Amino acid sequence: MRKSLLIVSLALGLSALALAQGGTILLNAAGATFPYPIYSKWFDVYHNGHPNVQINYQPIGSGGGIRQLQAGTVDFGASDFPLSDDILAQSKFKILHFPTVLGAVVPTYNISGVSGELNFTQKALAGIYLGTITKWDDSEIAKANGGVKLPNADIVVIHRSEGSGTTYIWTDFLAKVSDEWKNKVGKAAISVNWPAGLGGKGNEGVTGLVKQTPNSIGYIELIYAVQNNIPYGKVQNAAGNFVKADLAGVTAAAGADAKNIPDDFRVSITNPAGPKVYPISSFTWLLIAEQIQDATKREAIKDFLKWMLTEGQKYNEGLSYAQLPKDVIAKETQAISLIK
Amino acid sequence: MSAAATTIVNEVPPQAGPRAFLRRLRGGDEIAHLITLIFAAGIILLTSMLVYELWVNSHLSRAKFGWIFFFTKVWDPNFDNFGAAPFIYGTLVTSAVALVIAVPLGLASAIFLSELAPRKVSDVVSFLIDLLAAVPSVIYGLLGIFIVVPVMRTRIGPALIHTVGNVPYVGALFRGPNYGVGFLTAGIVLAIMVVPFIISVSREVLLTVPREQREAAMALGATRWESTWKVVVPWARTGIMGSVFLALARALGETMAVTMVIGNAPTIAASLLSPGDTIASVIASQFTEATGDLYLSSLIELGLVLFLITFILNGLARILIVATERGGGRPA
Repeated sequence: MRKSLLIVSLALGLSALALAQGGTILLNAAGATFPYPIYSKWFDVYHNGHPNVQINYQPIGSGGGIRQLQAGTVDFGASDFPLSDDILAQSKFKILHFPTVLGAVVPTYNISGVSGELNFTQKALAGIYLGTITKWDDSEIAKANGGVKLPNADIVVIHRSEGSGTTYIWTDFLAKVSDEWKNKVGKAAISVNWPAGLGGKGNEGVTGLVKQTPNSIGYIELIYAVQNNIPYGKVQNAAGNFVKADLAGVTAAAGADAKNIPDDFRVSITNPAGPKVYPISSFTWLLIAEQIQDATKREAIKDFLKWMLTEGQKYNEGLSYAQLPKDVIAKETQAISLIK
Repeated sequence: MSAAATTIVNEVPPQAGPRAFLRRLRGGDEIAHLITLIFAAGIILLTSMLVYELWVNSHLSRAKFGWIFFFTKVWDPNFDNFGAAPFIYGTLVTSAVALVIAVPLGLASAIFLSELAPRKVSDVVSFLIDLLAAVPSVIYGLLGIFIVVPVMRTRIGPALIHTVGNVPYVGALFRGPNYGVGFLTAGIVLAIMVVPFIISVSREVLLTVPREQREAAMALGATRWESTWKVVVPWARTGIMGSVFLALARALGETMAVTMVIGNAPTIAASLLSPGDTIASVIASQFTEATGDLYLSSLIELGLVLFLITFILNGLARILIVATERGGGRPA
């Protein structure tokens, strides 16, 4: 009984595989969770237009996506952070980065008696997360929020408990604006040794802790805040203006420096110059091997990339992702020919 | 096990040949023996493969940190410095809190259900308790976040700080900032999760105590409670302890519910109100996104450490059971 069941299921699996290979190109991909909603939308729409290409994406996290790509178990990966020089050097084959959409991270808070929108200076955010600013009525917070009566209460700092692209963007910003952060906690990373605070799992975990804990502050993805109507504060940019994150501001941040974007697209766009830019944002990338042996797969991936940079971008704003700036799209379109 | 197999094979007289063997097969004895043997050996194989994999894959971390890994308090993926101390501490503390709450509660409930409650009530209640044991842990985590955490922050926490917190020595357990999440909250949620195991198994064990034991005690003039506490419970001691260790194993390895209520900050603090982290919880939250090789290797070594802790505690449990059996109770 047990054996026959095994044989039947094996046969079913094999025939399904055979069907999939007969005429259909099946691409497997895995990686970042943050862009999963837009990726699954893209893969679905693309499949409708190209019935012979089916892309199966598993949102297992950027780290897992990178490992699976290096192990050769997926056709391409996806990551919320660019691969470090070390990881690229260790890799057995060359990996190309292709930016797909933009995301931003915003501070959200819950302070007893304060309902308005708070302004955060760069020093204030760094100080709060370093644990050096411990009270809400600290002068660094108060001076940017004239007219708001801040309580003399301890700040409860909340961060992500797991490794996360959101944390990467947040710490990238903090390391850029604070030397103390850079020396003590280090460069941008998906997970750090936090000097202060509690950890929540996922955007929902951080939001839940912030909502429940009086006088707390946390950081979450912009799209999560927008979709769930979670209020968030303004952040001071390099020009000194306080900017509330929105999709246009995020695209502006990416566009501000688009001409200087490196050829491999591994770039941090936190805290760029420009009066209107929102300073805590980042690309998210598809990771593709430079050399793909299987010609049909290679052409399918290249065609999908072209579609993603043109048609695909139209779906971004409906799902609260910021579009890529035009200059970046032009540069990426050229880079597609690097895949051989 | 293999020795047993050979003896049985040898029992077949050589001249009987294949026909006798076939007859035995038809009888099912040989097949049953073979199948159970293979399955039992499979468990051992599985366990050793598990340890082997953990051992091999934690090579980088073991080579770099050595024994220091057990005592380092830092967990810093950014500077590639990893230590297990806060996680070991958190695992032991939350499990201890869980058992301190769950054992009296579970044992008392089991005694009530098996000895004092009418049989019908007992059956209905234990059916419900068995249902509780099957609830997925993430549901307990949600329960923790929405009910236990707010109550801990606004009521239980402040109450503990203002009363027990002022007592010398013991007070150190209940001091400092109270966020609602932390060791105590995680321990309470774990206690809720493991108590069904203790009740369910202990009740079954208590019910197997022979009727004659109770009658004999009563015949000697014992009250109902005396017969329960001095005769029935000691008789079932081994089984009750088994239920406690089953509960401990579940508490040590719990991931999701703990992650949701412990605060996820690797700290070693005397206060039970402080946020912390456990081995299972940190593996569950950081494994998927772990990039560098050393980072991954350290997480795997944490898995090995958890295995070691479970192994040691189970060993101690065996010793404890043997020791108490020698001291009386149920005849071997």
